[in-house]
Amino acid sequence: MKVSAREAFMLIVHRELCLSFRRPEQLLQPLVFFLIVTTLFPLGLSLQLSLLRDISPGVLWTAALLSSLLSLDSLFKSDADDGTLEQLSLSGQGLTLIVVAKTCAHWLVTGAALVIASPIVATALGIPVAAFATMMLSLALGTVTLSWLGAIGAGLTIGLRRGNVLLSLIVLPLATPLLIFGAAATERAISGSSAAGALYFLASLCVFTCTLAPLAATAALRITLE
Amino acid sequence: MVGCWCVICGVVHAIVLPSDDKKCVKRYLQPIDFAKLVAMNSAADGLDVEKVHVWRGERHVLKGLSLEVRPRELLHISGPNGAGKTTLLRVVSGLLRPEQGTVAWKGRLISSSPAEYQAVMAYSSHEPALKSDLTALENLRFAVGLKRRVAIPELRHVLERTGVGPFADLPTRVLSAGQRRRVALARVLAMSATLWLLDEPYSNLDASGTELMSGLLQAHVEGGGVALVVAHHALALDCNVRRLELNS
Repeated sequence: MKVSAREAFMLIVHRELCLSFRRPEQLLQPLVFFLIVTTLFPLGLSLQLSLLRDISPGVLWTAALLSSLLSLDSLFKSDADDGTLEQLSLSGQGLTLIVVAKTCAHWLVTGAALVIASPIVATALGIPVAAFATMMLSLALGTVTLSWLGAIGAGLTIGLRRGNVLLSLIVLPLATPLLIFGAAATERAISGSSAAGALYFLASLCVFTCTLAPLAATAALRITLE
Repeated sequence: MVGCWCVICGVVHAIVLPSDDKKCVKRYLQPIDFAKLVAMNSAADGLDVEKVHVWRGERHVLKGLSLEVRPRELLHISGPNGAGKTTLLRVVSGLLRPEQGTVAWKGRLISSSPAEYQAVMAYSSHEPALKSDLTALENLRFAVGLKRRVAIPELRHVLERTGVGPFADLPTRVLSAGQRRRVALARVLAMSATLWLLDEPYSNLDASGTELMSGLLQAHVEGGGVALVVAHHALALDCNVRRLELNS
């Protein structure tokens, strides 16, 4: 009996979540990195709340981008190394479906976790509670976009031995709009003005990558699989 | 953003994949031979590989190789290391596209309907391709479950047939190389495919494992299946075996 695309999608997501939770140290690493980097700033700076508030959006977003990069390397590489990616690509399900499912699962264990942990960091950085909702929404949109950009980079760099450096070189320049609009949205929320403009930009980037990046990542993966 | 991405990808390709780029150009310049396509559609049941050329970098690995395997037939591929045995299996599986030549299953090019072809094909590489953090059963469930709907008791039964039933709930990293091979064999069995592509399935197997493998191959071929097997020693099988010796 043939397996429908929905069932296959759920099965791959289940597989990825299983694999992630079997290695909790890998799962927690980016999150702990995010927490430590952001809490180091208030410790290193002088005790001026106003200064901290001014730089907090930039710190928050830079730390989020860097910690997301830590986990991107393993997105396809571990499967390619042990040969299971070949088995997946011969499973009769399209490669695009596999890429979409794997990236969604990756976002659930990295991006979503980052969004959930962000209020702790925000408290340390002195961001007012009233700005939390906007900040979390902007981080959610940003991390989804970043997962997709990362999928393209990860697909391109599978075959390379020190691919993670190249991966950051590919992904970080593409992520600059995220940093600009994400930090702008958080800043507006802190100062109490409307963050709608920046959020719309983030949302449009998110839609743009959600629609086109699966195709690009699939093409990248197909090249490296040969 | 898109422009930036294009530039970066272009640079990466130029640095990392020069031979692949050449390959792509060759592939798209290749004319479609309609006469051959029509001829292939009227061909008999089974696998047809026609005049396949493959380059790996600067090396011409497969030089115009043609072969056909019919149902109830097993093709035993042997040859020295580096002769292109694995490359041939990867071409037949569809993982690797040949620069020239065609691969057809039941008269249809495998590239024209990959999903249908993959549904009837089981490929096992020379490594067991198991996730070491997942149990043997989970490995089977996630690999076979993408091909066809399968129940857990059925998978347990298959694992018992290949002699790893007691280890079904252990992570595969604690299994020995031979036991991992048996789990990979169970995966091929559970896919219930017509075409088996096995790359060195006898490696790491003990005497009873070798016997089991031969028995399963024989039952598969006698039941109307097709098998391509890469092995370095003679296969002691009581069925229709043909031998293909590749030279480097």
